[in-house]
Amino acid sequence: MSTTSIKEYFPALNQKIRGKDFTYLDSAATTLKPRSVIEALTQYYTYDTANIHRGAHFLANKGTTAFEDTRDLVANFINAAHREEIIFTKGTTDSINLIAATFGERFINDGDEIILSTLEHHSNIIPWQLLSSRKKITIKYIPIDGNGDLILSEYRKLFTSKTKLVSITHVSNVLGTVNPIKELISFAHTQGVPILIDGAQSINHILIDVQELDCDFYAFSAHKMFGPNGVGVLYAKQTILEELPPYQGGGNMIDQVGEISSTYNKIPHKFEAGTPAIGEVIAFAEAIKFIKAIGQKQISKYDEDLLKYTITKLSPISGLKIIGNPAKRSGVVSFTLENVHSYDLGSILDMQGIAIRTGNHCAQQLMKCLNLTSIARASFTIYNTNSDIDRLADGIRKVKDFL
Amino acid sequence: MTTLQNRINDAISEFSTLENIEDRYRLLITYGKNLPPMEVSLKTDDNLIRGCQSQVWLHATISPSQDKIILAGDSDAAITKGIAALLIKIYSESSPSEILNTKTDFIDKIGIKEHLSQNRSNGLAAMLKQIIFFAYSKKL
Ligand SMILES: Cc1ncc(COP(=O)(O)O)c(C=O)c1O
Repeated sequence: MSTTSIKEYFPALNQKIRGKDFTYLDSAATTLKPRSVIEALTQYYTYDTANIHRGAHFLANKGTTAFEDTRDLVANFINAAHREEIIFTKGTTDSINLIAATFGERFINDGDEIILSTLEHHSNIIPWQLLSSRKKITIKYIPIDGNGDLILSEYRKLFTSKTKLVSITHVSNVLGTVNPIKELISFAHTQGVPILIDGAQSINHILIDVQELDCDFYAFSAHKMFGPNGVGVLYAKQTILEELPPYQGGGNMIDQVGEISSTYNKIPHKFEAGTPAIGEVIAFAEAIKFIKAIGQKQISKYDEDLLKYTITKLSPISGLKIIGNPAKRSGVVSFTLENVHSYDLGSILDMQGIAIRTGNHCAQQLMKCLNLTSIARASFTIYNTNSDIDRLADGIRKVKDFL
Repeated sequence: MTTLQNRINDAISEFSTLENIEDRYRLLITYGKNLPPMEVSLKTDDNLIRGCQSQVWLHATISPSQDKIILAGDSDAAITKGIAALLIKIYSESSPSEILNTKTDFIDKIGIKEHLSQNRSNGLAAMLKQIIFFAYSKKL
């Protein structure tokens, strides 16, 4: 598939915004959806509506099969050893909250410590702060250097006999830093500490092999990889999952229900209480097939080239400062424009049909560390082309004249 | 002395001749540039409007004769400052009851709602709420 033909798969790109060609550079917030995903959603809501894992009628069976087939696809996509290690959640946020609640309940006690990093999205900070309001735990943060890379020597120093978990992002949603998670994981394991990887920003750009990485948990969202909203994945090693208490109570997660207590269903269902986002999970399969059809290696290569092109196009703009210079970057470029507030920058680009993200990017701690309050971020994926970046660069030049 | 409703009508006719968002932004930015500077001592946390992407301050006082609300404001973003300037131009020097008795649907008619008000990031709704809240507190 060439990129021009890839654009054809995304109906959203074939529209005018404010009378201008639409330039979408906010895929790190959410990706657009290919037609196959939209059609699968429509099919489910038009004809195939049924609840799953219960009932024996035709559509209930069809839905259950399609839902469970998605689980197989996801397991294969990240090379999980067992399909039962794939839990469907509402998104990355929900996946992390699940671990904070269950692992936190069972394995983290008063006086214990966990390790996060300065690069984390609020989704990987607040669940732990909530846990720390229930139990007296200490949260430690791996610092970053001036380029926006984690300082690994500091990381190693943070471990004590009280450390119970490391939870860290694979790719920073602000700086694009690709963390050396393989090293982070193996060091945590030498200390006997399990590790969760927030894959929200990596899943769309980097081939993930959870067995090779040997991470204990990996969390991501379907909507950031061409899939529907309301679906996320929590990968967790089977051995750990078996030991965790349930997250939420409700239908589907129980085996035998008594008046006082009940026994729970097997994994993964034990962690999937209530009716899930059935149509969305089924349509998520199409997103994975779409990625597979293009090829993850090709996607990574394409994204890398586009990123390089973006940096060469933006760097020469007078007054423009690219934030961070990590050793390895993926998917996003954040920047500021001298004497221009990023809100104005975003609004004036929007006026030209160019969508980027502005603000604090749900990473207030990182922003504080960078000494910034608001920045602009362009992010891209397979349907973007060099000409989108050219339009961005021209658009930014116009901002200065405008103000 | 023009009344609040007259000033609203003026703003509607000024903005309604503009055809596109580009011209509306330009006009707002010009409004902002013409806004008298806000005293630094008024840029307090109390006067900071929460929830916007940019920092915007709005300060309201009542005139010694107790019949006019006087507004001052500023923002670090040019468009937001323009919105503040527009609201100040419209509402400042109005009486609390005038403010409370005048509909705020002019925002639709000015043609900036479509572009601005759904998104709390620019603080338009929050600024308007603050003005009305202040008017209400002075009327009690
Ligand atoms: C690094 C990172 N983690 C977590 C999240 C949260 O993802 P979601 O809102 O889909 O739960 C995001 C979303 O922007 C993110 O960038």
